[in-house]
Amino acid sequence: MYDLATAALDTAKIRGATYADVRVMHLRQRDLTTKNGQVGTLAQSESIGIGIRVLANGAWGFASTDRLTREGVAACAAQAVSIAKASALAKRGDVVMAPEDAYVDSWQSPFRKDPFEIPLETQLALLLAADAEMRRVKGVTLTETDMQFRKIDSWFASSIGSRIHQRKVITGCGVVATSFQGDEIQKRSYPNSFGGQHALQGYELAESLDLLKHAPVIAEEAVALHAAAQCPQKTGTLILGGSQLGLQIHESVGHPIELDRVLGQEANFAGTSFLTLDQLNKLRYASDIVNVVADARIEHGQGLGTFAYDDEGVPAQCTDIIKAGQFRGYLSNRETAHLIGLQRSSGTMRTESWNRLPIIRMTNVSLLPGTWAFDDLLADTDDGILMETNRSWSIDDRRYQFQFSTEIGWEIKGGKRGRMLKNPSYSGITTEFWNSCDAICGREHWTLWGTPNCGKGQPMQTMGTGHGASPSRFRNIRLGTAFSEQ
Amino acid sequence: MSAARKFSAAVGSKGAASERELRGIVDTVLRLARSIGVAETEVHVDETISALTRFANNAIHQNVAEHTVNVSVRTQVDQRTARATTNRTDEDSLRAAIEASLSLAHSQPKNPHLLPLPGKQRYRRVNRFIKRTAALSPEDRAQAVRRACDLAIKNGQTAAGIFSSAQSQSAMGNSRGLFAAYRDTHAVFSITMQEDPAASWAKENAADVADIDPQRLAERASDKAHRATDARELAPGRYTVILEPAAVLDLVGFLFYDFAATALQDKRSCFNQRMGKQVFGKNISIVDDVYHPLQLGAPFDGEGMPRQRVLLVDRGVPKNLVYSRASAKVAKKKPTGHGFMLPNEYGEAPMNLVFSGGKASVEEMIASTDRGLLVTRLWYIREVDPYEKIMTGMTRDGLFLVEKGRVNSAARNFRFNQSILEMLRNVEMMGPAVRATGEEAFEMVVPAMKIRDFHFSEVTKF
Repeated sequence: MYDLATAALDTAKIRGATYADVRVMHLRQRDLTTKNGQVGTLAQSESIGIGIRVLANGAWGFASTDRLTREGVAACAAQAVSIAKASALAKRGDVVMAPEDAYVDSWQSPFRKDPFEIPLETQLALLLAADAEMRRVKGVTLTETDMQFRKIDSWFASSIGSRIHQRKVITGCGVVATSFQGDEIQKRSYPNSFGGQHALQGYELAESLDLLKHAPVIAEEAVALHAAAQCPQKTGTLILGGSQLGLQIHESVGHPIELDRVLGQEANFAGTSFLTLDQLNKLRYASDIVNVVADARIEHGQGLGTFAYDDEGVPAQCTDIIKAGQFRGYLSNRETAHLIGLQRSSGTMRTESWNRLPIIRMTNVSLLPGTWAFDDLLADTDDGILMETNRSWSIDDRRYQFQFSTEIGWEIKGGKRGRMLKNPSYSGITTEFWNSCDAICGREHWTLWGTPNCGKGQPMQTMGTGHGASPSRFRNIRLGTAFSEQ
Repeated sequence: MSAARKFSAAVGSKGAASERELRGIVDTVLRLARSIGVAETEVHVDETISALTRFANNAIHQNVAEHTVNVSVRTQVDQRTARATTNRTDEDSLRAAIEASLSLAHSQPKNPHLLPLPGKQRYRRVNRFIKRTAALSPEDRAQAVRRACDLAIKNGQTAAGIFSSAQSQSAMGNSRGLFAAYRDTHAVFSITMQEDPAASWAKENAADVADIDPQRLAERASDKAHRATDARELAPGRYTVILEPAAVLDLVGFLFYDFAATALQDKRSCFNQRMGKQVFGKNISIVDDVYHPLQLGAPFDGEGMPRQRVLLVDRGVPKNLVYSRASAKVAKKKPTGHGFMLPNEYGEAPMNLVFSGGKASVEEMIASTDRGLLVTRLWYIREVDPYEKIMTGMTRDGLFLVEKGRVNSAARNFRFNQSILEMLRNVEMMGPAVRATGEEAFEMVVPAMKIRDFHFSEVTKF
């Protein structure tokens, strides 16, 4: 693969590129689903090609092709240079890149069981058994299960001399029970919505979830929700389960710290950010106990944002985002790092596939664990609502005002979990919300959740991100807002 | 040289492949499958050549092009089916895809409901391939972007957006003699003009790039951004709203899957137990019509069945659903040509919704409004309640207070929590239906609407 990559770099240089980088990528995917006891989707795909990014006349160009011959790659490199020169017709200055060393390396994400080597019969049998467990519960009207596996090989080469091969194996797995009754649809997912849990792991992830134990539990909850009390509308204490808090981090910390958004590069689509450059090191983002990092290193865990190098050839790093409540850092790349006074990119350029341009992306943006035991947190809460498992999520285009709803809630009264609540929701303003955090559970409750469906960029790219979180408590939150006046 | 090899050589070197070359690769797959004894085989070949110029801060910052080909093979043996897809078109890769599909298919239990592949079908021709769109160059796009950015600079504003063009073609065939092919082009220009602290937006999408006027869109966004700079904070509550077509599209677009027969059979459609009832106002009629002159899309579905025009809602009453072959059999109906590629668990959906619309202009809606809000665009819309179809989201890029028949001032953006079912009972006026384009739903033909009692629950900081 490096021969093709080198041919692309050579052509780009001859055609006038002052910098070029190349990603040859081979993506393999397998998708399995069941619905109501029958196999739904059963498909696999593979795609291989090359994406070539060049700087010429001070502007960017990118072209991609699946024609992996020397001629095809050379034509694609020439096209990328020609596009860069067209970009220069509407430039306001030359692109400047932060320096970076050249690396020659090979890395593979750790996994115990290659999901593509596990017999499909075994995988389907597990899903069908979980599906059957849910269908045994009276009142369940729809059961769904799914597994997704991806194996991604990428060969990165750049004109500064880097040659990096990475192999990532990703597994996702989950189950959903839905119940229609009267004039209401209620749903429960395990272990999370969005297809369950997703991680940079092998088939061992699917086996670790114990689907057969949890499937009937969520099925019963889906049915029970019909008879549950409506989540009240009030201002009060909120305890969020880990997976919901993971999405809260994603939307109200992860996206606003993307430096391309801050600089207006996403203004037409994904939006901008309230975290303007003057806020760095000044804004009290959160309460003193809140510490958030963006950590792509394997030491942080096997998340969807874990890698050895980003797709710009920069090694994985850990960046402080919020430290003791203070806003400390952005996600940057080689083009934008100097704008926040950094000598080096924070290593967050990622691409969905060979035919997409790398863009700034969340890695694993995680809330570091606190000190509370979950039972102690409940016992310490006189009056509140515990909400778990996301149902809907929305935030404005500058990432101030958000509203989330979850699949299920429980009243907390006098330090004890009380009755079940249906249609829970809450809303707020990002910095007010994070400043109201007064308790975070400890490492034993912390999970690195995977968000597999983060959309950004034009053409749209879908990327997986990781979010470590443990259950946490927030005070004076607006509760029940999604159903106000309905 | 085999047809597949000819195709492989053509791709990337001479631009798009011809329909004959696409058919060649379909035939190659069917021949290879036959040679290893596969009972039933279906093949899709999809080719896309696209380019997108992206600008921000009054300059091009991303500029990309791609050429992709995918060959997707579904085999069906002994009441089992599965799909394998590759982007390699040499015979070895195609054979590997067939074998992968077979291997997947063999690994599952029998599905007694699986239907045999359909035979040859007849299709109505549609012509949506415009050469000048396919021929748009990076320089053409850059010049248009530069003019828009120059306007922003002249007006003290900052422009961001995209100008893209693409040609797509697809062919499908199966071992029972079915063959279908389609190609189209489309172009998109979208622009956001920022004038601190405000912004506004305009976007168009068409098969023919000549139907898009980037400079007119830039001028519209620039003018609205300027008018939006001094936004007032209003109290949340119920307001009369005038939704421009993009705002209507991004909301009603969330209804599309509810019209799928499979969604009703799975009891997850909002029309479950509501078919034949007066769900919407009598001024709401909706069809799914791929042949409408403002629509794009192939005249056949994922199994190759011809798409039918379907009356979904007649004067506020949901009348019909769309059906794949499988859901039609369950419901004892005829398939309408809306099925997704098999195997899948979702069945089908209407992808070419057309609302009936009215005759009022947005200006007439404003003139008739004593107090209300003019909404340019909505953002980050998600479903809160799937049966009452309550959606939440934000206004974005231009919210204006209308008082006594005139646009009075800009307003800070609101969050809404609004049932679409209720909303479509409260439509007071409609404009002519146009091809609308937003960011939450795929393009449809919808009108601007004046709607009473639209529920805004909270306000944000800008």
